[in-house]
Amino acid sequence: MIIVKYFASLKNIAGKEEDHFDLAKGSSLLDLCQAISKTNPQLGKMVHEKKVMISVNLDVVSMDHILNDDDEVALLPPFSGGTQ
Amino acid sequence: MSQALESKVRIQIENFDVSDEIEAIKKVSPNIGGIVTFLGTGREQSKGETISELNFEHYPQMAEKKLEEIRQRAIEEYKIIDMSIIHRIGKIDIGENIVLIVAAGEHRKEAFIACEWAIAELKRITPIWKRETTTTGEVWVQDTP
Repeated sequence: MIIVKYFASLKNIAGKEEDHFDLAKGSSLLDLCQAISKTNPQLGKMVHEKKVMISVNLDVVSMDHILNDDDEVALLPPFSGGTQ
Repeated sequence: MSQALESKVRIQIENFDVSDEIEAIKKVSPNIGGIVTFLGTGREQSKGETISELNFEHYPQMAEKKLEEIRQRAIEEYKIIDMSIIHRIGKIDIGENIVLIVAAGEHRKEAFIACEWAIAELKRITPIWKRETTTTGEVWVQDTP
């Protein structure tokens, strides 16, 4: 099972803070994003248009990254910490 | 020195004391000859809107990891002696402290450069988000001017 976390504005779009997906062994981050698109097309569109960054176990990775059971994936909207 | 001040990278709800943080970093080395600080505070006006309240959210663990990466790179690449980075989360009122960067070097030049680089890098790579409450509603800020 893959854990997916949503932050900031994405929590409102997802309607939750966390999701769980069961994927076949050897699935990639791209496969996960396709599964997310099926459950929430708006989120899927944002991922497709690269409006969000995606981390796996705290590191930003590419779409061909292979996922393992219990991996923590986070969808990260553009950051706005600090001050201007 | 309090437990909190011993950690050079912190994300916390509570306020911080700028003087305490400067005194803490001065104890790191007798070779510190220049300290530059950046203090970010809650501003009332943003894009023509009046802000009544700010809220900061972070991705625990990843945000701390990124701040530590920034600190280490500042020390290694800009040849400063040490750096502290503190960012508050949760509800922040106008005028309150938000973020503090303290860069301590042997000389002022590297401390200035490291401090400016660190706040820009913080905004670029650290998963912290700001929500502004204005008279017209709430909005997550998504641009990085």
